[in-house]
Amino acid sequence: MKLAFQIAKRFLLSAKRQTIVIILGIGVGISVQVFIGSLISGLQVSLVDSTIGSRSQISITIDDEYISNYQNTIATIESSSDNIIVVSPTVSTSGSLVKDDLSEIIILRGLEFSTAKEIYNLEDKLVEGSFPTSSNQVLLGKNLKELLSINVGDSVVYDSPVYDNETFEVVGFFDFKVQEINNTWVLSTIPTVQNILSITDQVSQIEMQLDKVFDADLTKEEIVASLNDTNFTVSTWIAENEELLSGLQGQSSSSLTIQVAVVISVVISISSVLPVTVLQKSRQLGILKAMGVKDKDASMIFLFEGLLLGVGGAIVGILLGMGLLLAFTTFALNPDGTPVIPLTFDIGFLLLSGGIAIVASTLATLSPARKSSKLSVIEVIRNG
Amino acid sequence: MADILTLKNINKTYGLNTKNPTQVLFDLNLSIEEKSFNAIIGQSGSGKSTLLNIIGTLDKPTSGEVLFNGKQLNEYSKDELADFRNQSIGFIFQFHYLLPEFTALENVLMPYKISKQEVTEEIMQRANELLDIVGLDKFKNNLANNLSGGQQQRVAIARSLINHPKIVLADEPTGNLDSDTTENVYQLLREINKKLETTFIIITHDRHIAEKTDRIIEVKDGRIYLDIIK
Repeated sequence: MKLAFQIAKRFLLSAKRQTIVIILGIGVGISVQVFIGSLISGLQVSLVDSTIGSRSQISITIDDEYISNYQNTIATIESSSDNIIVVSPTVSTSGSLVKDDLSEIIILRGLEFSTAKEIYNLEDKLVEGSFPTSSNQVLLGKNLKELLSINVGDSVVYDSPVYDNETFEVVGFFDFKVQEINNTWVLSTIPTVQNILSITDQVSQIEMQLDKVFDADLTKEEIVASLNDTNFTVSTWIAENEELLSGLQGQSSSSLTIQVAVVISVVISISSVLPVTVLQKSRQLGILKAMGVKDKDASMIFLFEGLLLGVGGAIVGILLGMGLLLAFTTFALNPDGTPVIPLTFDIGFLLLSGGIAIVASTLATLSPARKSSKLSVIEVIRNG
Repeated sequence: MADILTLKNINKTYGLNTKNPTQVLFDLNLSIEEKSFNAIIGQSGSGKSTLLNIIGTLDKPTSGEVLFNGKQLNEYSKDELADFRNQSIGFIFQFHYLLPEFTALENVLMPYKISKQEVTEEIMQRANELLDIVGLDKFKNNLANNLSGGQQQRVAIARSLINHPKIVLADEPTGNLDSDTTENVYQLLREINKKLETTFIIITHDRHIAEKTDRIIEVKDGRIYLDIIK
């Protein structure tokens, strides 16, 4: 085994130019695969992130009712699936926000800020002030600041035809970069909203964020099974964004098609080159066999050659692919100077691409390896 | 002295399943004594190389038995034969057959490495000694390709001896060397035969060289035509 490896290494080193060309061949193929794959997944990550990244990916409600005993429900949900990162309760109602003689229709949302921050990425969205810490403190969308001419520290009145009016202290402003939300959302603590609605230990919705967003349907099933209560309505982002999903799936499958085509071309090119090297080395193989190298070990030499070429090709391919990606994100820019597609290096994907190069090259040597194992010493000796 | 090698009724036919099978060896019987120095002579096509290849287990007889130290080689599997070649036989071929990718020293060590043992200091010393015996101590780190024909043949001789083989088979080992080098190589083989008590079977065209051996076996038309033991 060790000797087979040493011989393989020496065979490759003794024909440096040929070895370099083969490694470059594999490397270029793999670099295209790395480039296309990373580009498309980068595009998807940015699309997914901007569309559904900072919002609830699965929401649970009960039609026309509040969710009672919500802490228990949350505990059940949390233990139902490994895919859930964070679960957060919200209680919402609508009404108007009044400042002096100005008024705007708003949606008042009571959040558990410790968990909601993770779902909505609130830390990044806070543009002024701080988060509500006690009752009747609110955070407003930045458009409301202008519409109602409010500043941090001002008092505003919540006005509702159904519930009692309430005075809030404005502690900060957020920017979700979505006009509708910036115009209408008023965020506060859960007790603040519960107080207005005259409820306790009840919320209107439970929201959550997932690790693998594309597994939302699977996670939904797990949650439904755990809750075991048909009163709950469980909805996923997938159901609400079918077009986005089919777009993403289309991208994924076209990217996969390109990658498979590239890998096939790599395998074909290696398979066509390596038999030639067996032919080149048949004299050496003959003498090695005469000296007692077994057929199996003779094949191992070529498997190791494939492995080494694969490893070389994988390294070259990954570096070259990363270089291409870096060049693309450096030179293909939006008007504001940010890259058109954000640079993403998924280590798992890079390792997979490298692994494909190694496995493909090793597999491509199977046929030459078989040939070398069948090579008869006497043929080589007699033919000089 | 005991026989190290016995051939019984060896027949060899090439192209057995074709229209024109060619029989190369006919009912050949031969015994080789331990520690002896033998020459096989004969014209091209007489079957002497085939005979040597059968002795070396590189080729199989169509019928007949090959016994090495009384053991039947016909019954060995391919892997067992590979081990047997590695441990018991040293080969020297006309065309040297060194591995050009490796240095002289690495070539000499190759049969030892094939036996899957760790290279010890002891074996390194033996390889160096063998290279010293064949006069190539100074060239041991040269790639095989960078050595002259005579030098390569001497490396091949050192290589054939590294695993202490019982028998060394040489097929025209001086076939493409000049007469001075030829003389030196034979001197060397003879010395090794005396010093290490290795059995030698050497195919040669050169009657002058053959006459210096202990026994001359002449093969003609696939049969033993003459067998002179001195």
